[in-house]
Amino acid sequence: MHYSVFSLLKNALTGHRGWQPAWRDAEPRLSYDVIIIGGGGHGLATAYYLAKEFGITKVAVLEKGWIGGGNAGRNTTIVRSNYLLPGNIPFYEHSMKLWEGLEQDFNYNAMMSQRGVLNLYHSDAQRDAYARRGNAMRLHGVDAELLDQDGVKAMAPFLNFDDARFPIQGGLLQRRGGTARHDAVAWGYARGASDRGVDIVQNCEVKGFVREGGRIVGVETTRGTLRAKKIGMAVAGNTSKVGTLAGLRLPIESHVLQAFVSEGLKPLLPGVITFGAGHFYVSQSDKGGLVFGGDLDGYNSYAQRGNLPVVEDVCEGGMAVMPMIGRLRLLRSWGGVMDMSMDGSPIIDRSGIDGLYLNCGWCYGGFKATPASGWCFARLIAKDEPHEVAKAYRLDRFETGAVIDEKGAGAQPNLH
Amino acid sequence: MRIACPYCGARGVHEFTYLGDAKPARPDPAAPDAGKLFFDYAYLRDNPEGEHEELWCHSSGCRSWLRVKRNTRTHAISDAVLVQDAMGAAS
Repeated sequence: MHYSVFSLLKNALTGHRGWQPAWRDAEPRLSYDVIIIGGGGHGLATAYYLAKEFGITKVAVLEKGWIGGGNAGRNTTIVRSNYLLPGNIPFYEHSMKLWEGLEQDFNYNAMMSQRGVLNLYHSDAQRDAYARRGNAMRLHGVDAELLDQDGVKAMAPFLNFDDARFPIQGGLLQRRGGTARHDAVAWGYARGASDRGVDIVQNCEVKGFVREGGRIVGVETTRGTLRAKKIGMAVAGNTSKVGTLAGLRLPIESHVLQAFVSEGLKPLLPGVITFGAGHFYVSQSDKGGLVFGGDLDGYNSYAQRGNLPVVEDVCEGGMAVMPMIGRLRLLRSWGGVMDMSMDGSPIIDRSGIDGLYLNCGWCYGGFKATPASGWCFARLIAKDEPHEVAKAYRLDRFETGAVIDEKGAGAQPNLH
Repeated sequence: MRIACPYCGARGVHEFTYLGDAKPARPDPAAPDAGKLFFDYAYLRDNPEGEHEELWCHSSGCRSWLRVKRNTRTHAISDAVLVQDAMGAAS
């Protein structure tokens, strides 16, 4: 069913009894052209673009739990393309452009809201670094504006401008950045894929791979053995676990990242604001809660929950930049398992084993990448060659030295 | 999470700094395949779900390096010894 004002009117007049489920909860079939492991945003987007752009519809998305229940449902919903390095900017800008047309493209309200992403700077050196990043973005055709203190004051007068330690001197603003509704993104892609014939199979955990010769030709799952010509992995924090089943040892560590939401407030924040002297980023959801987060906990974890020191650290960051939130109560906090790569950038590449493709290493920037990740991964699987904007995301870059290290932190995943 | 430092007793995790998996051992730079070995050492990880032996420094305490056995699924810590003791036991 196509969603439109007419379908809404028609259903309103008939008591809303005509709505259909948005997507099919499919039973697995025995063989497919392509199997995507992982029913998160990236896996569902891959299936959607495989069907829509590359005409491959005999596709299954296998999800061990329910779709969108992993990191797709645990992020802080920020969308931006304010990167520095040439390997990253074109990819994230491709993603940004897909976000801009996404709702029309998959006919689903993803509540995409380009309310701006503002990175605050607090010193001369940081201003220079942000000016450099802004220039790199503009050279790649991405919008960026360097604001001085008055510029930031006009947008967000409530910030702690005259803090003795971290005075706010200005900020780097990407107006096209913003937020989108995370679960609507997962469901929009699921619906678009399902409508084109893709099977979305839930409660189906991959337990092993089927090999013939040197090639991977199928997966063993909790719902039986399924065969496919090509298999793509988009399992985020579980990349090493699933990779191990195929005999892969990868440049990935799994780390827990916490996020938080406060009680609801009246409209307060103009967009996404990040604190440059610590690690704190915040936006306001359409329900009114402040959604915020900070650093990784910093140790390997598959626990989907973190510890108090980071809660404290994030709240201290918040208090430093926005002291008015001091009496605000936290509503919820949660944790997600991040596939931290060794240079802080993702991998979209062949795995080195015929028939198996990798999509991983999203660190904690996977949500904004969802559309381009799906698009580029679909292209890689369909055509067996990387998309132009994802060429740098090679698996062998760690061996060749062509790493993409935005933060310059080296092979220390908990610092990216 | 609290780590039982052999010198200082059980202390909160905020006093410690995490390095990572204790398993990778620095290869011999004179080995003929040193490039390959260093790639493995610097970049590849087992990243297990469950028992994980890892290196922590008690940076806001006695500054000792510890070898900690921790479960990455539950965060339960079953063992913490000084790195030099662990190395002594191994040799």
